[in-house]
Amino acid sequence: MLKKIVILLFVTCFACFNSVFAAESGGMPQLNPEFWISQIFWLIITFGILFIVLTKVILPKISDNLETRKSQILENIETADKQKEESQKKIDEYEKIILDSKLKAKSYFNEAREKILDDINKKRAALEKDLDEEISEVEKELSDLKQKSGEKINKIAAETSAELIKELIGEEVNSSSIAAIVEDQSKINRERKDV
Amino acid sequence: MYQFNVYRIGPEIKLGSVDLSFTNASLFMVISSLAILIIFNLGAKKKTLIPDKLQLLSELSYSFVAKMISDTAGSKAKPYFSFIFSLFMFVLFCNMFGMIPYAFTVTSHIIVTFVLAAFIFIGVTIIGFMKHGLGYLKLFVPSGVPMVLLPLIVVIEIISYLSRPISLSVRLFANMMAGHTMMKVFGGFVISLGIVGGWLPLSFSVALTGLEILVAFLQAYVFAILTCIYLNDALNLHH
Repeated sequence: MLKKIVILLFVTCFACFNSVFAAESGGMPQLNPEFWISQIFWLIITFGILFIVLTKVILPKISDNLETRKSQILENIETADKQKEESQKKIDEYEKIILDSKLKAKSYFNEAREKILDDINKKRAALEKDLDEEISEVEKELSDLKQKSGEKINKIAAETSAELIKELIGEEVNSSSIAAIVEDQSKINRERKDV
Repeated sequence: MYQFNVYRIGPEIKLGSVDLSFTNASLFMVISSLAILIIFNLGAKKKTLIPDKLQLLSELSYSFVAKMISDTAGSKAKPYFSFIFSLFMFVLFCNMFGMIPYAFTVTSHIIVTFVLAAFIFIGVTIIGFMKHGLGYLKLFVPSGVPMVLLPLIVVIEIISYLSRPISLSVRLFANMMAGHTMMKVFGGFVISLGIVGGWLPLSFSVALTGLEILVAFLQAYVFAILTCIYLNDALNLHH
């Protein structure tokens, strides 16, 4: 069955092929020299005109366009590079300024701190001095007072003891001896206290 | 083979006994050249930093051909840039216009491709002799070949050099003609197999159209690059 179909197909193809070329006669038209000269003539004219116009008018324009584009692009790249450099410079400057101002601020801060510290130290020293003076004055007064109070107590003790003795024995005792006794006694007291 | 027929359009132009009539082949040569000129002129008109579509197209083609030439023939081939550019564009546009249904394919005629190839061959040979004098004949004597083989090699080299225009022209012509013939054959199959069996050749035909467009570009490229290679032989003589 398949074989039959294939054979039929071949036969039809062959028939078609024959019918397609049945009308043709005289072989290939390419080998007919009737119009050869005409074809050569028109080929030379058309190709010649094409060549001349392309060479003289169109191709220079195209190459010009390409060249200008190339140079323009190069120029643009150059300017872009330049601008990039400039902006880099500006950025550097800016960073420098920022760094400088930071340093300045730091130094200002340090100065201010030192000033304040100095001030504080000075004031503290003055205050301490004042305080020391006052303390020493007070201490002096205190020691004075202590000394004086001992003498006074002794005096009062001597007077009181003299009056007591006068009352008791009705006789006046030498006040200096009483004072000496009181002195001795107070000394003993003091020693006892110290011990 | 009706599509390859050349016929007269308009009046008969005769120069003496030579027939220079305007034919459908001439018409498509004119159309291709005009299309190239219009497209590239529009593409070259404006001078904008960011190109529009046509400008991009023309500039891409320009750099494509420029790169092709500098890759194959080096910097010495720069003066011949405009010729190779015109050649490439002419062959490409003729091939591409041939892909339009009912259009005539200029490059499917051996006489057209042969004239182009012969012009290239003669030009390259003249350039070679002008650059190197008789030293250009060294092209036929490859270095490092034993003396015994030298006569044989020289003969082979000369034959291969002389066959360049033939191979160059036949390559383009045969490719274009074979492609178009094949498409015609498959088209004929579609008609004769009808609505039932015609779908298979139709799909082939569609695929072939894509292939032919590729071939149209590729053959133009090959034509141009072979020209560059021949030019390279003439400019930089180191075989």
